Amino acid sequence: MVYPYIPHTEEDRKMMLSSIGLQSIDQLFEGLGEELQLSDSVPISHGRTEDEVQRMIDSIAQRNVRGIPFLGCGCYDHIIPATVKSLSSLPSFVTAYTPYQAEMSQGLLQAIYEFQSMICEITGMDVANASLYDGSHAASEAASLMIGAKRKSSTVLVSSTIHPFILAVLTTWAKGTDRTIRILKEKEGVVDLSILDAELDESCAGLIVQSPNRYGLLEDYSSVSETLHSHGCLFAILSDPLSLAIQKSQAEWGADIAIGDTQSLGLTLAFGGPSCGYMAVTESLMRRIPGRIVGATTDAQGRRGFTLTLQAREQHIKRERATSNVCSNQALAALMTTIHLSSLGWSGMVEAANQSYAKAHYLAYHLAQLPGITLIWDKPFWCEFPLVFSDAKKMRKFLQELRNEGIFAGVRLAALTRQAKDELVLLVAVTEKRSREELELYLAAARRVMK
Amino acid sequence: MSKIVQDLRYSKDHEWVRIEGEKAYVGITDHAQHELGEIVFVELPPLGERYAKGEEISTVESVKAASAILNPLEGKVLEANEDLDGSPELINEDCYAHHLYVLTDCKLDDYHALMDAKGYEAYLNTL
Repeated sequence: MVYPYIPHTEEDRKMMLSSIGLQSIDQLFEGLGEELQLSDSVPISHGRTEDEVQRMIDSIAQRNVRGIPFLGCGCYDHIIPATVKSLSSLPSFVTAYTPYQAEMSQGLLQAIYEFQSMICEITGMDVANASLYDGSHAASEAASLMIGAKRKSSTVLVSSTIHPFILAVLTTWAKGTDRTIRILKEKEGVVDLSILDAELDESCAGLIVQSPNRYGLLEDYSSVSETLHSHGCLFAILSDPLSLAIQKSQAEWGADIAIGDTQSLGLTLAFGGPSCGYMAVTESLMRRIPGRIVGATTDAQGRRGFTLTLQAREQHIKRERATSNVCSNQALAALMTTIHLSSLGWSGMVEAANQSYAKAHYLAYHLAQLPGITLIWDKPFWCEFPLVFSDAKKMRKFLQELRNEGIFAGVRLAALTRQAKDELVLLVAVTEKRSREELELYLAAARRVMK
Repeated sequence: MSKIVQDLRYSKDHEWVRIEGEKAYVGITDHAQHELGEIVFVELPPLGERYAKGEEISTVESVKAASAILNPLEGKVLEANEDLDGSPELINEDCYAHHLYVLTDCKLDDYHALMDAKGYEAYLNTL
């Protein structure tokens, strides 16, 4: 029998078998013992035709409900210029994986080099890697880096205001190892840094915080790096990179490690992924940053070129003592972010961030006027804000009525945290993509429900 | 043939130790630098920290490998050779003139347990 994806004919197989002195393929499995071998064929269906599959998928797709999204929580509906899709769809990019035959792939290496340069510019840090799988992955790698950098340390402090999913990944990261994640409590929607000094003990390797945080609020990290450094601890800040166009960068706060997810820079919502993580560090941590790093160089004829560099950190050289087991990067998604940033330029990025800010504040201001809705905590925010409802029934009605108008009004925080204290909290995200009409539609519907 | 200096002590991991008063200078041997090839980076230990014998204290990176330096005798790090920061190739040029770090408050029993030049030469011949 000839299968569509297996090129060998019956003839080929006979030839291969006879050259190793066998009559049938089954003889190769004799060593396994009968109890381990399938007696019947594998119980899967005979499959469907291409046309049948297409129809099936179409009918599933029709069950999607379209609406105007005011949903965020780590995944935002920003404007993406057409250049991103058309350029990143070039076959030479789409099929390219992380560069293994590195120097053969000058185009991809250059694209990664540009990505690293842009991440450094945005975060203000010295060295960025070629990207990680997503923001949660970047956070767990930051935790590993911290523990590796401080002798005899085992604990990483994490703000309770970090995204619930990222916290879940960090908890998994620590599970079954001698490493511990310890939570630094929050106060009025932001991390409580007044207790930081008392929390730091010998076992602590560093602190991971997030701004904008899980509520969309911006946090103030004045003097945090000094406190941490005086205890020999490292400081990592996780930030939506687009927010860095209008808030202090990680470098400006004195952080050692800048991490986050580049979803807001050119990646579609796509049901929450794939996304792309970024990580950048100070020069003194250059040999501890995980993953691949592309460097610029000159070849034997003096021409500019690109190459993988500082590979002695990586596990194919350093084996079990490697700083991380990451041997890849998120090449295609990082490329999309690179094209997105090249298309926007710094001024376009600032404009997107500013418009998101202005539109979010417009909506927040007017919603806060309505009875039964409060803007909890008087803290600065950027493009996402937490509303608290007076009662659960009102909140359900609000969400349903707006849904009827074709509006996804926000994400219930309890859906992410599954905590009773978050039951009445709704997170509303507004990007530059939401038009004035969409904002007014939201407000009109809200006024009808909450009157 | 690897160069061996007479008045030093040697570990099986190819580190040399020289005692000067209260201080112990630690470096890597000619055999080690030759095996590593062109050295491109030396990660120096943090000052003031105490390291046990056999504990990983530093990393020497060459173009082809990254090797752990296992501390040959217990002591507290007094000084790291910062000349190596910008010029790690000094080790290739003269590995006995350029130490990696200096220990103080050392456990002398550890020192005496190390091989002398003759013992190290014999050890190299078994490799």
